[in-house]
Amino acid sequence: MAEVAVLGVLAVAAASLDALLGGRRWDAPLREAARLLTTARRATVRSDVPLMRTGVVVLPVAAAVAAAVVPVGGGVAAGVPVSVVWFNAMEVVAWAAVWLVGWGTNSAFALVGGYRFLAQGLAYELPHMFALVTAALAAHSLDFREIAAAQDGLWFGVWMPVGFAVYLVSALAMTFWGPFGHPVGDDVAGGAVLELSGADRLVFFAGRYGLLAVAAAASVPLFLGGGAGPVLPGWAWSVVKAAVVLALLVWARRRLPVLRMERFMTAAWTVLIPAVLLQMLVVGIVVV
Amino acid sequence: MVWALGAVAVACGVAVFVVDSMARATFALLASFLCTGGLLMAAGLHYPGVLVILMMIMEMLVMAVFMVMYMMNPAGLMPMSMLHNRRGALAVAGTAFAAMVAGIVAVPWPERAGRPPDEPAVALGEAIMGSKMLVMMVIGVAILATMIATVVLAMKSGRYGDDA
Amino acid sequence: MTLEAFLVVAAALFCVGLYGALSQQSIVMLMMGLELMINGILVAAGGFWYAVRPVVDGQVLVLVAITVMALEMAMGFAVVTALFRARDVDMTDDAGDLKG
Repeated sequence: MAEVAVLGVLAVAAASLDALLGGRRWDAPLREAARLLTTARRATVRSDVPLMRTGVVVLPVAAAVAAAVVPVGGGVAAGVPVSVVWFNAMEVVAWAAVWLVGWGTNSAFALVGGYRFLAQGLAYELPHMFALVTAALAAHSLDFREIAAAQDGLWFGVWMPVGFAVYLVSALAMTFWGPFGHPVGDDVAGGAVLELSGADRLVFFAGRYGLLAVAAAASVPLFLGGGAGPVLPGWAWSVVKAAVVLALLVWARRRLPVLRMERFMTAAWTVLIPAVLLQMLVVGIVVV
Repeated sequence: MVWALGAVAVACGVAVFVVDSMARATFALLASFLCTGGLLMAAGLHYPGVLVILMMIMEMLVMAVFMVMYMMNPAGLMPMSMLHNRRGALAVAGTAFAAMVAGIVAVPWPERAGRPPDEPAVALGEAIMGSKMLVMMVIGVAILATMIATVVLAMKSGRYGDDA
Repeated sequence: MTLEAFLVVAAALFCVGLYGALSQQSIVMLMMGLELMINGILVAAGGFWYAVRPVVDGQVLVLVAITVMALEMAMGFAVVTALFRARDVDMTDDAGDLKG
């Protein structure tokens, strides 16, 4: 379980870094958490509370369960033989979480945000799956540990740069982060999370940072050689690499403009999918 | 394990037709599918089990859009009955269930023959790219045909062009 | 973990789905019933694979059932959409309001 805890710490660090980049103190997320815990929750008229709570709780749970199959160094909390598919299944839970929150709070802007995320999900999911499959194809395995072990010498991120880039883009999109924050955009007053307050809001956003951290950590065995590296032990290299990727993702939030999801849809289907398919073809030819 | 997951799966399946909100019905169905995925994993079929979980989450979320779009009382705000022949359906389903359970209990099932391969997912991959290639080809063509047919059906101009 | 457990659960799921498919007026709910029926088939196939013959054929059957589910969904919604258009109840225009 230590692996999951490490990723939790990384998620908190990501929140701190985001606060620093936004010009606030590093402990701003912790203060915000304390404030959210002590404020009373708002209730909207005729909201579907069970569905909304399900959406709130399921996001951090999915992030934790996904973290259980991501290796840190050589160790992994739960050894599932098809861990890449498992990771993919858990991150798709974000679709349900955002839509449920948007629907359950019975608010027009929140519902718009929920639907936006579904559209965005249809755009990012296929390139994302193909990026995962590209790495799995090169390693002949759907197990993160074997994929990491297969990159002996040359990292997959180096010789399949398109797959890696698509993975990073879809990691941003799946956590509706930065340029893909349209579902929770300011133009709809906060979108899907508009009516979340108090502990609900805290849990939901903690889950989002958790998912971001897990997505960053999963890129290490997929594309960055896992725990391989000189001097330091494997787990330390995994954490360092994951932290660098995570910092890059967090930094991207304030550097890139928000992309409307239908424009992203066009770009995803006309550019990303053909590009990653070509990458897969190249990898397939090289491997076989 | 099997009984617990199965009970939850069936209870959620029943909930689909009991709850009054389309969103709740969709997610009850999703919960039922998640239990099915768990059952498949419990049976040692890791890859199909996870695949069911992955696909059904996506499928049910797309379904939720259509449910809310096409149903008359998406959030159960205007309770109404959209059933017909309830008693007949109940009788047919109940009889079928009784018959199946009787069959399940009565039939002497064979003992387990052989043992599962070390990596069922690898075996599956090799089968559909080898001895079961025909299945894979049929699935592929069926998916392509469905994609074309659905787009044609759902397009604004419809099957008969703009005039129809 | 016996075959009977899997099969009884599968039969229950199948029959709940059958009830839904027979009794629901709305096409979308009817499809939910069909999905539940296929769900039952999946459970039964998993049970057989586990308890009777752990050979690859069972897995291929599961894969086919999953595909059938997805295709059934896609076709169902396309038909519903076509029906709505044919009756001039063009609800999808409302969905366009969510754009941008």
